[in-house]
Amino acid sequence: MPALEMRNITKKFGDFVANDNLNLIVQKGEVHALLGENGAGKTTLMNILYGLYTPTSGDIFLNGVRTNILNPKIAIENKIGMVHQHFMLVKNFTVTENIILGKEKKNKLGKLLLRKSKKDIVALSKKYGLLVNPDDKIEDITVGMQQRVEILKALYRGADILILDEPTAVLTPQEIKELGIIVKNLTAEKKSIIFISHKLKEITQFADRCTIIRRGKLIDTLNVTDVTEHELASKMVGREVNFKIEKKKANPQKPILKIENLVVKNNMGLVAVNKLSLEVKAGEILGIAGIDGNGQSEFVEAITGLRKAESGKFSISEVDLTNKTPREIFLNKVAHIPEDRQKFGLVMDFSVKENFILQTHSYAEFSDKGFLKNKNVEDFANKLVAKFDVRPTNINKKARDLSGGNQQKVIIAREVTHDPQLLIAVQPTRGLDVGAIEFVHKSLIKQRDEGKAVLLVSLELDEVMNIADRIAVIFEGEIVGIVDAKKADINQLGLMMSGGKL
Amino acid sequence: MKKNKVIKFFTESNKAFTLISILLGFIIGGLILWFSGFNPFTAYAVIFKGIFSKPSYISYTIIRSTPLILTGLSVAFAFRTGLFNIGAEGQYIVGSAAAALAGYYIQLPAVLLIPLVILIAIISSGIWGAIAGLLKSKYGIHEVISTIMLNWIALYLQNYITKIKGFAKPNSEASKFIQDAANITFFDNWKHSDKGMAWLNNHHFAKEILRTPANFGIIIAILCALLVWIILNKTTLGYKLRAVGFNKEAARYAGINIEKYMIISMFISGSLAGLAGALHVMGVSHNITNLSAMEGYGFDGIAVALIGSNAAFGTIWSGFLFGALKYGGTKIQPFMGAPSEIISIMIGTIVFFISMPNIIKISLNKILLKNKKRGEDVK
Amino acid sequence: MLNNIALIIGVTLMYSTPLIFTALGGVVSEKSGVVNIGLEGMMVIGAFIAATVGYYSGNPWLAFLAGGLAGAFFGLLHAIASVSFSADQVVSGIAINFLGPGVALFLSRIFFNGATMTKSIDLDNKMPRLLNGIFHKDSFLYYILDNQYATTYIAFILVFVIWYILKKTVLGLRLKAVGEHPAAADTLGINVFKIRYLAVITSGFLAGLGGATLSISVVSNFRPTLVSGQGFIALAAMIFGKWKPVGAMLACLLFGLAQGLVVFLGQFQIQIPSQFLNMLPYILTLIVLVAFVGKSVAPLADGIPYEKEQKH
Repeated sequence: MPALEMRNITKKFGDFVANDNLNLIVQKGEVHALLGENGAGKTTLMNILYGLYTPTSGDIFLNGVRTNILNPKIAIENKIGMVHQHFMLVKNFTVTENIILGKEKKNKLGKLLLRKSKKDIVALSKKYGLLVNPDDKIEDITVGMQQRVEILKALYRGADILILDEPTAVLTPQEIKELGIIVKNLTAEKKSIIFISHKLKEITQFADRCTIIRRGKLIDTLNVTDVTEHELASKMVGREVNFKIEKKKANPQKPILKIENLVVKNNMGLVAVNKLSLEVKAGEILGIAGIDGNGQSEFVEAITGLRKAESGKFSISEVDLTNKTPREIFLNKVAHIPEDRQKFGLVMDFSVKENFILQTHSYAEFSDKGFLKNKNVEDFANKLVAKFDVRPTNINKKARDLSGGNQQKVIIAREVTHDPQLLIAVQPTRGLDVGAIEFVHKSLIKQRDEGKAVLLVSLELDEVMNIADRIAVIFEGEIVGIVDAKKADINQLGLMMSGGKL
Repeated sequence: MKKNKVIKFFTESNKAFTLISILLGFIIGGLILWFSGFNPFTAYAVIFKGIFSKPSYISYTIIRSTPLILTGLSVAFAFRTGLFNIGAEGQYIVGSAAAALAGYYIQLPAVLLIPLVILIAIISSGIWGAIAGLLKSKYGIHEVISTIMLNWIALYLQNYITKIKGFAKPNSEASKFIQDAANITFFDNWKHSDKGMAWLNNHHFAKEILRTPANFGIIIAILCALLVWIILNKTTLGYKLRAVGFNKEAARYAGINIEKYMIISMFISGSLAGLAGALHVMGVSHNITNLSAMEGYGFDGIAVALIGSNAAFGTIWSGFLFGALKYGGTKIQPFMGAPSEIISIMIGTIVFFISMPNIIKISLNKILLKNKKRGEDVK
Repeated sequence: MLNNIALIIGVTLMYSTPLIFTALGGVVSEKSGVVNIGLEGMMVIGAFIAATVGYYSGNPWLAFLAGGLAGAFFGLLHAIASVSFSADQVVSGIAINFLGPGVALFLSRIFFNGATMTKSIDLDNKMPRLLNGIFHKDSFLYYILDNQYATTYIAFILVFVIWYILKKTVLGLRLKAVGEHPAAADTLGINVFKIRYLAVITSGFLAGLGGATLSISVVSNFRPTLVSGQGFIALAAMIFGKWKPVGAMLACLLFGLAQGLVVFLGQFQIQIPSQFLNMLPYILTLIVLVAFVGKSVAPLADGIPYEKEQKH
């Protein structure tokens, strides 16, 4: 009898099918990996198991018994525990307080029996090799230790099935080794572990079996010992590549963007960009391929002035812009289509016309002695709206009221219009429909044909392979390989993206 | 289809939502009066008559609304830039104290003195507001706390000023009056003179108006609303301030210096509230008095701003509504014994509903759902 | 000399008591993640109801409780808006600050024949002074404790009680979790809404007690200028005390001391004008806030309405 069977699970969000008839079987004491690219549907499936979502159709069987998991409380009662990618820990509570929250030991008057709880926790932690200090505050301990606290939280509630969402994403190599030992201890006690990952090395190291999911569908389930990393990678990315775009041959000139040994830390203080070096030439599109969380965001933030670079430097046309303000970088003719268009790209409550002059509202073109030259602003806005086919054409509409695709058009129009020498586009087609995607791709290629340097950072491998002239793969904060897009092999890319060696 | 449009209007339009909140305020106020044994319709009629039935009433209403429009503008301006100015009260006090001092001590002809007094008041209260802006941008101190502290400091400062030897009126809690040159009440001296009183006895309408401390403060207030509107919508300064208020991150990314503009915003906000105080001194009270408690114009300004949706012209309407209610409300007590405080309850209710736009959305959706279940086409 | 110090301590205790109740109310609400600016309005209604019930019933304990319940009712309003309807908590608090005095004065005119002041409560029917007449007249303890009403002792006991609950009990742990990381609490099966309702209603109750203290202990009736901003001072004390019960208490004592000093020094010919002494607590607060810049210690989820995750 398997510990867990998820049978024919389908989950729809409106018209979007996140999980399409997925099947998963996990035995007692097994370590089972879920492998897939971003957006494949792995986390959705696990959220269903933990009761955060309910399936549109399909069933869950725990030890052969059909169970309806309507919310996390029920999941916990059924001995399922989940360690989320973003920890659910109260920062200024101690380890003990976080573990017992919701399941506190107390006396008749409601007083917390902390000493007894601590004893239990220490015993539990010793049993599984999850060494923690029960009195430490979460904000003071390392991420690796925080993860152990999350695991202990689940074990404290008697979890037999433990879900780990991208557990190694935030760990140092040493901590990953330690996690491996913990996993072994858990399975020795006949606990089942499901972990979500896109890192082939970990999967081959820790997992017994692996289920590969692509675009919501089940691709395969196999024994890890029977496959190579190559095969796993190719199953993950698949062989279909859509939307081949027509483009002229690239004519790259001298390098515009030069990055040398850049080191950037992430919000948790860990090194996210690890001595990265790269060049982008005028007249070419350099695409950065990689799976989310390998340092792309921090890298882009550093070269757009939104995040501090710890060491290393970068320059635009020989001008050193390391750790300069966004404004200075902008004045050096760098255009940026940001990853989060609602946070950094637009002021949602401003009208379309006002968004067009976000960085340039003080320019002589648009203002005079402190007063906005409304006619000029409107002419400019109308011109851009026509040129880039923004709909609706009413420039006084709030940005918030536009579709995602049209919002993106506004940003692109704005950024491209002031004749930049470098255009940085991050996830430019996220959330867009087919027509808008095509438009964005055409715009990027046009810029490249006009002699600009274009840096494309995308999580969609298809997009990178289609648009870019050269492809650089980023893994754990470093560029692990640069290939000519025409000669690129998708399996090879998939392998590099997951840390595999050629 | 038309039903759909109407529903859309109510769930999405800000104006509609404000109107509903005001309506609810009146309804609930009426219910409370009714439960307390008073006829709400009589009460509302008294208020209405108390505002409109005599020229002097209209004049008083306008006079009462003037400071409210300005403090409302002050709070609204700050809101638009992402700041909560509870310090309008203290800034008002600073403005009035500065105006009283300047109006008493500086010897100049009216045509120079009046603008100068206003200028001094605006700058003083602007600085008072900017202090809070500085504390926030440099030290991260939330403006709610710092402005509350500054309110009290301003109050005691005014009390100290009121007692300054030479400025204090002997045997009273007040200061001496400002000079005639700084007095903006219409025909203030003339209307008290024998000649003036004689003329007025023959001209009823003028007598009614001049019975009140009518002054041109209201014109200044409305001009300020226009000015605020121009600044926010037509200047690069306003552009920057609004960007900071709507989306700090995008503004920073666009190269706008967030800290600098916070201070500028609080300066402007403070000076508007201070102007209210100055105009009150120059046009109505002509002096300042020792305060045992805050007069409330600043706090009322918060409600005025919220009810006016933080828009420049909305604040004018809201200021008049507020001023009319407050003034007309005082008549209910003497006329029918119903407590005038019903006005505060109404205003509190209106603000209460304005705080939760969701309630209308959720209630309407629930009603719609019920209709859908009954099979009506509510597409 | 010693007696003067005792006198000052005594006056300090008296003035800080209403602040302590209210500040504790602020702490409880904000610890659960709901900003409560309406403490002022809750104090006013509490003061009025207590004075009215005290006058008509002659029973101070009934009056005290009634004051708390009145505050709790307004707390309920604030909770409904903030928790169930995701209101802008600051605006909702402002509404309470209009409603509190509005309702209080309205009812005052109805119950007391058009007056905005309630009738005075006889000395015998005020809160009892527990240690009255016990100490030798002119002794040190006499000056501190002879005139202290029961409410003072209750306030300090409450500080301990709330400290205990927050630090040592299940309820306190969950309440703090809800204020810091409601999603974490939610995924562990804790009912975030229920806890926030409880916290906000309690905070209203405490603020109501604070107001009641003013009208049935410090003085013997309610009048419009009675509370006069003390709800905001309590708010400042809460921030000053870093959202901790004991810290807030100390901050309230500081404010009470400043107020007490003004009364005390009023008897002497001091060079410093009284108005500057009056300013002291406020200037002090600003200085301390500036000096202790750095980590913001408000509960992390303070002021953010909790809405269940949008399934995307």
